[in-house]
Amino acid sequence: MKKLISVRNVIISFAVLILLWQVLFSISHFNEALFPSPLKAFRALLEMLADGSLFRHIGTSMYRFSAGYISSIVTAVLLGLVLGWFTKAFQYVNPVIQLLRPISPTAWMPFIVLWFGIGDIPAIVIIFIAGFFPVLLSTVGAVSNIDPIYFKVSRNFGIRQPELMWKVIFPAAFPQIANGIHLALGTSWIFLVAGEMVGAQSGLGYLIIDARNNLRTDILFATIIIIGIIGLLLDGLLKLLEKQIMKAWGGESK
Amino acid sequence: MSFIEVREASKTFPQGDKIFTAFEHISLNIEKGDFICLLGPSGCGKSTLLNAMAGFDLVTEGSILIDGEEVKAPSVKYVTIFQNYGLLPWRSVQKNVELGLEQKKIPKEQRAEIAEKYIDLVGLSGFRKVHPRQLSGGMQQRVAIARALAVDPEIIFMDEPFGALDAITRMKLQDDILKISREEKKTIIFVTHDIEEAVYLADKIVILTPNPGRLKCVYEVTLGQHRDRTSGDFLHVRDKIFQLFNMKPEEEIEYII
Repeated sequence: MKKLISVRNVIISFAVLILLWQVLFSISHFNEALFPSPLKAFRALLEMLADGSLFRHIGTSMYRFSAGYISSIVTAVLLGLVLGWFTKAFQYVNPVIQLLRPISPTAWMPFIVLWFGIGDIPAIVIIFIAGFFPVLLSTVGAVSNIDPIYFKVSRNFGIRQPELMWKVIFPAAFPQIANGIHLALGTSWIFLVAGEMVGAQSGLGYLIIDARNNLRTDILFATIIIIGIIGLLLDGLLKLLEKQIMKAWGGESK
Repeated sequence: MSFIEVREASKTFPQGDKIFTAFEHISLNIEKGDFICLLGPSGCGKSTLLNAMAGFDLVTEGSILIDGEEVKAPSVKYVTIFQNYGLLPWRSVQKNVELGLEQKKIPKEQRAEIAEKYIDLVGLSGFRKVHPRQLSGGMQQRVAIARALAVDPEIIFMDEPFGALDAITRMKLQDDILKISREEKKTIIFVTHDIEEAVYLADKIVILTPNPGRLKCVYEVTLGQHRDRTSGDFLHVRDKIFQLFNMKPEEEIEYII
C-alpha cells in the first residue's frame, strides 16, 4: 500500500512537471527551435531510441562512470582506513586534502586532456576526483568515530593489526563510510556529464554538446531528462544495495 | 602467594595542570575461584581498579600480579565483560562467541562446537544466527558472557555488567552468573555500586570509599550458596554494609522545633 502511494506520488509529480513545461511552452515567445515542447522532446527521445544511438551513448557513459566511481571509492576507502588509523599522518595530509577538495574536478580538465588525450580517460579521471574526497573524508571520520569499546574487546582477545583492520575497524566504520559512498554517487554522476562535455566524442555529455552544435534543442532536452532519470535510478539502486548490506551488518543502530 | 595480588597500587591521571587520583595505596589478595565484588559509590575508583587488573589501564604506583606475573597488558586469560556488552553488531551471536576462538587458531568445526556449547549454557540456543541488535539488553549480555566463557579464561572481570538492565532481568542474570561461576569454577571480579547485588553475589565484598578511592575493608559474606534476598540474615549483612558506608543512622534523630 505504501509502495502504491509512493508510485502514485511520483506519477503525479512528473505529470505536473510536464504540464508546467507545456504551459511555459504555450505562453513563451521563443522559437520552437530554441525551446521545444514536451511532445517534440519526446519525439526526439523516440528517434534516439529507434536508431539505437541513445543506448550506445548510455553504455559508454555507464562504463566510464562505473570505472571512475568504483576505482574512486576503493582507493578512497583504503586510504581513508589507513589515514583514520594513523591519525598523526592524517594531520599532515589533511591540509593538502582541504586545499584540493574545493577545487572543481573540471578545473583539472585542461591538464587531464593534455596528459591523457580525448576518450574514456578524461571522464573517468573527473569522476574519480569527484568521488574521491567525500569518500576519503567520511572514511577517516568514520574510523575516528568508532566506539572505543570495540578496541578494548579486540585487545582483550588479542586481535592486532592487520587483522584488526578487516575484522573490527572496517566493519565498525562501514555504516558511516556507506554514507560517504552514497553522497559521492550523486557528485560523480554530476561530473560525468561535465567530463564528457569536454574530453569525449561519445557518451551523454557529448550528446549534449553535439545537440547544441546541431541546434537540436529537442535532443538536448531529451538527453537532460535521461541523465536525470539514470541518476535517480542509480541512487535507488544504491539505496537498495545499502539496505541489503545493512541487513547483513546486523541492522541499523538504535 | 595469592592468585591475584594488588600491592600498594595507586592510579593517577593528569588533569589539566593538576593530578587526579582515582585510587591510592590499595592492597588486596584474591584467591582462585573467589567471587569478589568491588563495591563503592561513584568516584571510588572501582572501575579504574578493575581496568588496571584487566590490563587496560595500568597502575601508576605499586603493582598488580596475577598468578605471580605482573599485569602489563590485557590477556585472553582474563576476559572483561562491559556494561554496554561490547558485542560486534555486524557478527551473528555465534560469530561473536567465536571471536576469541578465532584468535586462538582453533579450527572452524571445533569453534562452532565450543560456541554452541556456551550459547546453550547461557540459554540462547535458538538465537545463534541472530544479530545482537535484534536481542534485548539482557540477552546481549548473555552473549557477552558466552563469548567470555568460550575462551576458557581463568578470570572474568565484570564492569557493572547488569547496570543497564531492568530489575527483573538483572536478578535473573545474577542467578545465572552465580550458577556459571560455580559450574565453570571461574574467579570473578565484579564491579557494582548496588549493595544488594554485592551481598547476593559475592564471597567477599571489597568496600571502597571515594575521593580519592581507598580500600575501607574486605567483608566476607558467609551466607552460603543459596541466598534469599528477603531472609533475615541477608538483610543483616546488607545493613552491615550500609553501616560501613556510614549510611545508616545510629539512632533515631529527634527533631526539635
